[in-house]
Amino acid sequence: MIELVRELAGTYGPSGREDEIRDVIRKNISGKVDELYTDTLGNLIAVKKGNGKRIMLAAHMDEIGVVATYIEENGFIRFSNIGGVSPVFSLGQRVRFANGVCGCVCYEEKLKELKDLKFPRMFIDIGTNSREETMEYVSPGDIAVFEADTIEQNGKYISKALDDRIGCAVLIDLIRQIKEVKNEVVFVFTVQEEVGLRGAGTAAYALMPDLAIAVDVTNTGDTPRCNPLSIELGKGAAVMIKDGRTISHPLVKNKLIDLAKRFDIQYQLEVIEKGGNDAGSIHTTAGGIPSGAVSIPCRYMHSPCEMVDIGDVKSAVNLLKAFILSEF
Amino acid sequence: MRTDTLLEKLCEIDAIAGFEASASDEIKKYFEQYCDKVWVDTFYNVIAYKKGSSKNGKKIMITAHYDQIGMIVSGYEKNGFLRVSNLGGIDMKALLAREVTVRGKKDIFGVIGAKPPHLFSSDEMKKNVKLTDLFIDTGLPDEELKETVVVGDPVSINSPFVRMINGCVAGRNLDNRCGVAACVLALEKLKNSEHENDVYVIATVQEEAGLIGAISSSHNIEPDIAVVIDVCHGDMPDADKASTFALGKGVPVGVGPAFNRKFTEQLLEIADREGIPTQLCVEAGNPGTEAWAIQVSGMGIAVVEVCIPLRYMHTGAELVNLGDVDIASALVAKFAAGRTVIPSKEDADDSDIN
Amino acid sequence: MIQTLIDLTRIDGVSGNEEQVRKYIKERVEKYGLEYMTDTIGNLIVKAGGKGGNFKVMLAAHMDEVGLIVNHITDDGKLKFAAVGGFDARILTGQHVRIGDAKIPGVIGYKSIHLQEKKERESAVKLKDLYIDIGAKDREDAEKYIKLGDYAAFSSEPVFFGKDRLKAKALDDRAGCAVLLELVKEKWPFELYACFTVQEEIGLRGATVAAKRVAPDIAVVLEGTTCADVPEVSGHEISTKMGKGPALTFMDRTAIADSTLLRHFESTVKNESIPFQWKQTVSGGNDAGKIQVSGSGVRVLAVSVPCRYIHSPVSVLDINDLENTKELVKKALLTLPLVFDGRQKND
Repeated sequence: MIELVRELAGTYGPSGREDEIRDVIRKNISGKVDELYTDTLGNLIAVKKGNGKRIMLAAHMDEIGVVATYIEENGFIRFSNIGGVSPVFSLGQRVRFANGVCGCVCYEEKLKELKDLKFPRMFIDIGTNSREETMEYVSPGDIAVFEADTIEQNGKYISKALDDRIGCAVLIDLIRQIKEVKNEVVFVFTVQEEVGLRGAGTAAYALMPDLAIAVDVTNTGDTPRCNPLSIELGKGAAVMIKDGRTISHPLVKNKLIDLAKRFDIQYQLEVIEKGGNDAGSIHTTAGGIPSGAVSIPCRYMHSPCEMVDIGDVKSAVNLLKAFILSEF
Repeated sequence: MRTDTLLEKLCEIDAIAGFEASASDEIKKYFEQYCDKVWVDTFYNVIAYKKGSSKNGKKIMITAHYDQIGMIVSGYEKNGFLRVSNLGGIDMKALLAREVTVRGKKDIFGVIGAKPPHLFSSDEMKKNVKLTDLFIDTGLPDEELKETVVVGDPVSINSPFVRMINGCVAGRNLDNRCGVAACVLALEKLKNSEHENDVYVIATVQEEAGLIGAISSSHNIEPDIAVVIDVCHGDMPDADKASTFALGKGVPVGVGPAFNRKFTEQLLEIADREGIPTQLCVEAGNPGTEAWAIQVSGMGIAVVEVCIPLRYMHTGAELVNLGDVDIASALVAKFAAGRTVIPSKEDADDSDIN
Repeated sequence: MIQTLIDLTRIDGVSGNEEQVRKYIKERVEKYGLEYMTDTIGNLIVKAGGKGGNFKVMLAAHMDEVGLIVNHITDDGKLKFAAVGGFDARILTGQHVRIGDAKIPGVIGYKSIHLQEKKERESAVKLKDLYIDIGAKDREDAEKYIKLGDYAAFSSEPVFFGKDRLKAKALDDRAGCAVLLELVKEKWPFELYACFTVQEEIGLRGATVAAKRVAPDIAVVLEGTTCADVPEVSGHEISTKMGKGPALTFMDRTAIADSTLLRHFESTVKNESIPFQWKQTVSGGNDAGKIQVSGSGVRVLAVSVPCRYIHSPVSVLDINDLENTKELVKKALLTLPLVFDGRQKND
């Protein structure tokens, strides 16, 4: 699976500019589903036909990034964030624009305190000397993503953009594993999750599933002196009970817990105060769609070295497989 | 049933936001006393339907949320302690030294603890406590606790229902069981009356967790007019006079961009005619109630709001005047049963342009 | 168009109270012989397009403006208020306002500088310490003219000044309304709905429901946007510049522009040599945010007229920007079928 994860995580796809990553995912699943299409906002929708309940599985394919807003006279690029980018994590990182041009993220030297490190005091340097020269490569509105390798080490994947390319990998793995389904399963690779769960809601509106599960990453509470949180790397897939946006519907969460117990799939329960995933917008679509989430625990989220456990990823695949194959 | 008895019984029900499933049947029973057709939907909204007598009647939806704020178990600590997260906006000032019930495999009593005050630094003492400073002490051995309680189990805050002087009552869950009580009382009044409009009375879920019940029921019912019954802040010393309302001095009616002007005027006229005193509750934007979600549901729904003043919101000592519950229900019943004037072309053109 | 804009800024239409603005626009579109409707929340939806084309376009400009709402009357007859929409409370002291349907004149008061203690003089005034004085003797007297929930709008006459500059209140977004009122007169070769929306300033409320009714494939939002080309602002903090043409937004906090639409508008300005600029900050948001995620999704783009001192009684715009905004949107829309006709919705 490492090849798939590496290919997905290494592909350019910030919120609003998901074309490249969509093509990569399409290539990986084409011919393995009954229907495959892109909707207006750019969600990639893959359907396995069936006569039972319509189940929507959503993993977002967009990633966080930065957008060029202004080019200084001496060629430096001022920028703003797309999604929850941390100024601290971005410092000293390399970013890459759609055309392959790379830049370094630096800050104004007069800045004294870490707490003053905000995007308006930072800039990107692509090695040019003037506005004209920069504009040959980068214009205001151009978007860059963070650059980092994907490695497998000690049973973990370490990479940028595992949020949520690991979720995409889980869906792709499921599509490859499953031949016949009783339920109609709609795999949705959503857009613009990082800027407000925008793609999942519109996809759900068009699809009107009976049940929906978001497949995304979640924070852990197992690093030195971190905030109390009972999610740990390597303790299984997390069944979301509640996050900052959604309280999972009993139909979905109870079914997931029952299945995990029955098939002896390692799982943990997720209760977090902040943050949300695609379930948040699917849940409130139209008259409400019973929703929940299966999360993959992930350390150092929104950094270039996000870390997930391979066993947790497998648990997530197995749990979701049991879910879509079960009767409702 | 007397209003105080009704309210007391309603307040005893535990329906923590997102965990209303177990309570929906109890709420249903109260509605069934006065209405033939009552059902519970996928999200556990409880819907009572009374058909109107006229073909030209409007579809009126009356909502009051029946969920309550509470907490949810988020993890364990050694020696029988639990970590918790919030469900809805709990008032941290009113959380220290409270009694709670953890709804695990069976109900478990617990107290909310924190480290003793002398161990907080003087800086910390100046600040409000945070949820992460607190824990629930169950007094159980760890193994037994883990067998009984899992992460994700809801926790309710205990507090008795007290009858006070001047028709006041205090306790937990009055936000918004007084609204639910007003719904029950309005149904009682409508039971034997003829009315033109189709009336849907709905006890909604998850108001405290993102207006989920209002979003789902307004989409499913698609009413012409919605009446939201919820609590507003009662008058308290030092509180801003513009956003608090005297208890026992009339029904606060919502005014502002969230509320339909013509129907609000009709509501106020009805109150005037029936001798029901009112106050005006001005909201410059989001009123923080279901009205905000219902107004933009579908292609837009006309909303009016009837409030019940309540002091010390989101604590275990919420305080209301029973008379306010009675007059709120009387006003809502009259509005629902009354002939609703169809808006003129100036306000809303009936024909769709598409 | 300029006269229309001047007329429009003279009308008061604080969010939730857009009736008079709607009335004016309605009379105009009636004159043009167009079909229209008003929905429950108060949006005016005008059918401006013809048939043909395999896509439906929605144009949106909001009728509402920021203002105040009376929420308490003190015993001595002063009116306490809350802000409708977001603005800087420091601009309020000493402003003239008019309140309610009867447009009762009032001024926003705060105790005179002579009576303020040193600390008070140095700190910014808070909204809750301000009040409107209409000259009433006491509460009873005030209640003869005012009731709770009455809206107050800034009182500010339009003035031409400098070179091609117009000062007025409510340029955000009567400027968009004025442009839209010009555009509805065109002959469109596809379905087009002009939506004059309500309650944008308090959360894009009108557009939320208008988009659901129209269910467009493409939406273009006409806005007044911030313009910070004033002293002491460094280059990268300047959102837009006055007189440099309409501003195209690639993204803000509520929406990301559809890239096909954005490229089409960009090539239109280049082909037609219309001046244009990028909105160079990504803060704020507008109706596009709600329209984009409406139904099963809509392609959106916002085109803005730069306005200095936006959300104040002395907003300023350059009338050339207004003209160019109209030209850009008109030309870009007319060639829209070249881009979208025959384009498969699904791949």
